[in-house]
Amino acid sequence: MTKVTLTVNGRAMSGECEDRTLLVHFIREKLGLTGTHVGCDTTQCGACVVHMDGHSVKSCSILAVQASGSTITTIEGLAGQGELHPVQAAFKEHHGLQCGFCTPGMVMTAVDLINREGGTLTEETVRAGLEGNICRCTGYHNIVKAILAADAEMAGSRQAAE
Amino acid sequence: MYATSYHRASSVEEAVKLKSANEEGKYLSGGMTLIATMKQRLAAPSDLIDLRHISTLRGISIDGRKVTIGAATPHADVAASRELAAICPAICKLAGHIGDPHVRHMGTIGGSIANNDPAADYPAGLLGLGATIVTDRRSIPADDFFIGLFETALEEGEMVTSVTFNAPEKAGYAKFNNPASRFAMTGVFVAKTAGGVRVAVTGAGSSGVFRHPGFEQALGSNWSADALSNVAVDASNLMADMHANAEYRANLVKVMAKRAVASAG
Repeated sequence: MTKVTLTVNGRAMSGECEDRTLLVHFIREKLGLTGTHVGCDTTQCGACVVHMDGHSVKSCSILAVQASGSTITTIEGLAGQGELHPVQAAFKEHHGLQCGFCTPGMVMTAVDLINREGGTLTEETVRAGLEGNICRCTGYHNIVKAILAADAEMAGSRQAAE
Repeated sequence: MYATSYHRASSVEEAVKLKSANEEGKYLSGGMTLIATMKQRLAAPSDLIDLRHISTLRGISIDGRKVTIGAATPHADVAASRELAAICPAICKLAGHIGDPHVRHMGTIGGSIANNDPAADYPAGLLGLGATIVTDRRSIPADDFFIGLFETALEEGEMVTSVTFNAPEKAGYAKFNNPASRFAMTGVFVAKTAGGVRVAVTGAGSSGVFRHPGFEQALGSNWSADALSNVAVDASNLMADMHANAEYRANLVKVMAKRAVASAG
């Protein structure tokens, strides 16, 4: 067993696991944060997307030991002080989900996309940015709408802050 | 996944030493192929030697027209490099269409070429650019590096540390994606270099990436998509699988080559 130490959603956390333990299983089973989902388990669907050191990654395809020492943000870490993150609020407002299983990965992907390309997103670039995420309900239309709305709102509040 | 032991190397020397001490071990870079393969129990290395934390393996440096990309540089960094895009946008475009955004944050150029998947993008880019692959012990021209399906000139324990190339006068890459995996069902990289025109094809050859001398000759005398119209593509050495037969791929090779030339301008 190896000790893995992570900063998860701003808190230092650690646990023991086998070297072959996947990051997603460590997060769900050792840390008890079950918002991150396992969909396909084969690096295709993106339900397991979390941020590692500020970048979106598929936590089903990374070992927990590989991630040790890094800073992780999961879906549980987005909302601040009882208020939804703008991307979460936009998913709610635009009904960007049907069964909801892919939603944590979609939201984490959207936040990463806005972090990288915020203010310049178009329907085309959002759809390209969702290449690694599958919604098996096929509810992409409202997901794209929600991400564009969140991008516009976040760009607006960035401008207001300047 | 079968049990394995993880080691984190902090220098190239340490990594090579760990590898020689663990014969059944494997170097681990982004892991976007290796971890997936281990999960399917198609690979079972006794040890994993993680290269992602070796700082000297990471980054892009540009000296005039000479480009050096560290082996552990993720695809996303190559895709987003403005300095690189200013002199060789085709390689940035290639990197920006590998897999998906999450895969591009982890997967690395060194890992991709050491694996030499016959449908991977980077082998076409590096063979097309006439790049040199630098390892912990020598420099290998791309023409000698890519040998066959998942096979390279790397010796036991040898590790890619960087790739270098001179920015070409013009270059372009076009690929026909497998719609599910984003691997190239056929991808063609064309480059007009100081040493002549080079055309490299991935995703189509039954022994992996290859150059197309007929296309190179035609583009050498007339750099235009039209110059390729009457050049034949032999289907006999092309892959056939559930996605496309060899004749279909032969047609894709020509179509992608034309698009690559058009995108290079």
